[in-house]
Amino acid sequence: TQMTVRDALTKAMEEEMSRDPRVFLIGEEVGQFHGAYKVSRGLLEKFGPERVIDTPITEAGLTGIAVGASVAGLRPICEFMTFNFSMQAIDHVINSAAKNLYMSAGQHPAPIVFRGPNGASAGVAAQHSQCFAAWYSQVPGLKVLAPWSSEDAKSLLKAAIRDPNPTVFLESELMYNSVFDVSDEVLSPEYVAPIGKAKVEREGTHVTLVAFSAAVGAAMNAADILAKEGISCEVVNLRSLRPLDEETINASVMKTNHLVTVEGGWPQCGIGAEICARVMEGPAFDHLDAPVLRVTGADLPTPYSQPLEVQCFPVADNIVRSVKKTLGRQ
Amino acid sequence: FKTQGTFKLHKLSEGPASSVTIPNQEAKSLLHQMMSVRRMEGAANEQYRKKNIRGFLHLYVGQESCATGLRSGMSSVDSIITAYRCHGWAYLMGASQAAVLAELFGRVGGVSKGKGGSMHMYSQKFYGGQGIVGAQVPVGAGLGFAHKYSKDGGVNITLYGDGAANQGQVFEAFNMAKLWNLPVIFVVENNKFAMGTSQKRGAANTDYYTRGDYIPGIHVEAKYIMDVRAAMDFSRQYVLQNGPILLELDTYRYHGHSMSDPDDTYRAKKDIEDYREQNDPIELFKRSLVEKAVITEDEFKAMDKETKAAAAAAVQEALASPYPSQEFLYNDILLNERVSVRGCDVLTRFEHTGEGTPVVRY
Repeated sequence: TQMTVRDALTKAMEEEMSRDPRVFLIGEEVGQFHGAYKVSRGLLEKFGPERVIDTPITEAGLTGIAVGASVAGLRPICEFMTFNFSMQAIDHVINSAAKNLYMSAGQHPAPIVFRGPNGASAGVAAQHSQCFAAWYSQVPGLKVLAPWSSEDAKSLLKAAIRDPNPTVFLESELMYNSVFDVSDEVLSPEYVAPIGKAKVEREGTHVTLVAFSAAVGAAMNAADILAKEGISCEVVNLRSLRPLDEETINASVMKTNHLVTVEGGWPQCGIGAEICARVMEGPAFDHLDAPVLRVTGADLPTPYSQPLEVQCFPVADNIVRSVKKTLGRQ
Repeated sequence: FKTQGTFKLHKLSEGPASSVTIPNQEAKSLLHQMMSVRRMEGAANEQYRKKNIRGFLHLYVGQESCATGLRSGMSSVDSIITAYRCHGWAYLMGASQAAVLAELFGRVGGVSKGKGGSMHMYSQKFYGGQGIVGAQVPVGAGLGFAHKYSKDGGVNITLYGDGAANQGQVFEAFNMAKLWNLPVIFVVENNKFAMGTSQKRGAANTDYYTRGDYIPGIHVEAKYIMDVRAAMDFSRQYVLQNGPILLELDTYRYHGHSMSDPDDTYRAKKDIEDYREQNDPIELFKRSLVEKAVITEDEFKAMDKETKAAAAAAVQEALASPYPSQEFLYNDILLNERVSVRGCDVLTRFEHTGEGTPVVRY
């Protein structure tokens, strides 16, 4: 069955709200407006205003209220209109939610999902187009997920909602309309993806491409291009950034002996930088035939003008060049 | 010019004067400014539909009397900051229409050289053009702090919307502004909708002019530009002597929140038509100028034609401006530092070489 990422997310929330009466959706414009990106279309009509709650524009307050509700035993899905606006509320994500279980020595878990669009967007400039994956994935006590396909979106969001821990769920702002095939197994309301497991989207032998969110698409495109030149890429879709699936990364690197990481966020202290460090520390290091290379967002605030903006986020060409460099095939 | 609406006051024993004395020529000029802003926004609307503008586009149509009236009462040392509905302000603070439109088109001739786009416009004493709802309010208080600190005799005007009025940091800014009696005129432009959320669904108290609590406030019927001007004149004097004040400019937007808002789920098209019929700020001011024989109907028609032609010419001028060259991508990250910037892969570096034009090395 063909399904957009948007519909997959809506379906996941609808199924989990039907399954568990404690689950509710709260955020700006999630009800009557159906979400700024229309991800909650139909939910107000189906579940009513007690479970689909429009808030004023007040990120710090609404996030704190959602965390409080979760600590009391409810299962909020807290939508940020975009993760850019989660900066207004990051104190509650990190200090109120992520650490609550630990500070209370296990007495007060905070089962909450923070979700919304993240990363590159088109033509909206520096304050509305950036990736927060590295920011959140640094925080102990959080789980951080980043879906790419419709399958990821549906099965991981359901997993996040069922998980008893605070989870940050980073959707790609540019991918809501993307269409993917979804299997019958994944379509089942019972199907939930495991958190903390990467998915090998494409098997290969010469180089491992590790990516998440929209960057997986760029990696798949690069793999297609490189295949025509006889270079076989294994594409690992991380899905989960915290916990990070070292096992799958290491196994792939030990097979291909080459690694290129791909992400939309900035290079410094990014997910790619973390993967480099983990590989250095682990069993795969000795299997590397060349240094790991990172493909990342350019180290800049995002400009508005299109000819400048296109140079800020990675595309297949950046990956192709990096793969050729690491393979010594320039 | 007599004010026409009623001022509602909060913690003030007297409010703005009931008339504004300005030369006829200035009154004509204010009408011209409002019409120019509307034509410019109309041109932007058209160009958005032609896909010459990307991303968000928040239009000011319907609200022209707010910026124009406030601007007319500002002195040259005063500063202003607003949110993303900022094109009109950029124009009124000195940018040409062509520079505003070129910014929307992402061209180097734009007020931010194409780097900021629709939401991020600036000029002398105009500090944006800010994209995060409500975040400009404490920053505005900081601009007021600087006026006081440097004793330059200026005041800051901090604008925000009825949606932003519910952000917590707005109240933090209020507290410090009053505590330190900063010369800040907080202006909430109440256009009745925070995106698709009507004020009644978002605010426990919709009398925004009272929401500064200990900060005095004035509710202004902003469709009358002379009422805005009178409130501005009063407020400017007030804040220099007494610290902050809060103006609620009661207004309305004719378009959706941004161009991506189809504007069909939270209000009826007829609501907009009805409002416009009765309350259009340009029409109301024109009528009062005709009544006073400041302008004739023919002069108005000529002005209408002229502003339309000016906006069209500005579009052409803006479209003729080239896109920013490569160096604009990586300059302005840090001031006075020629940094080498990593691109999207390890082979792409953007480097400034010495004093000359920065070059890109692949």
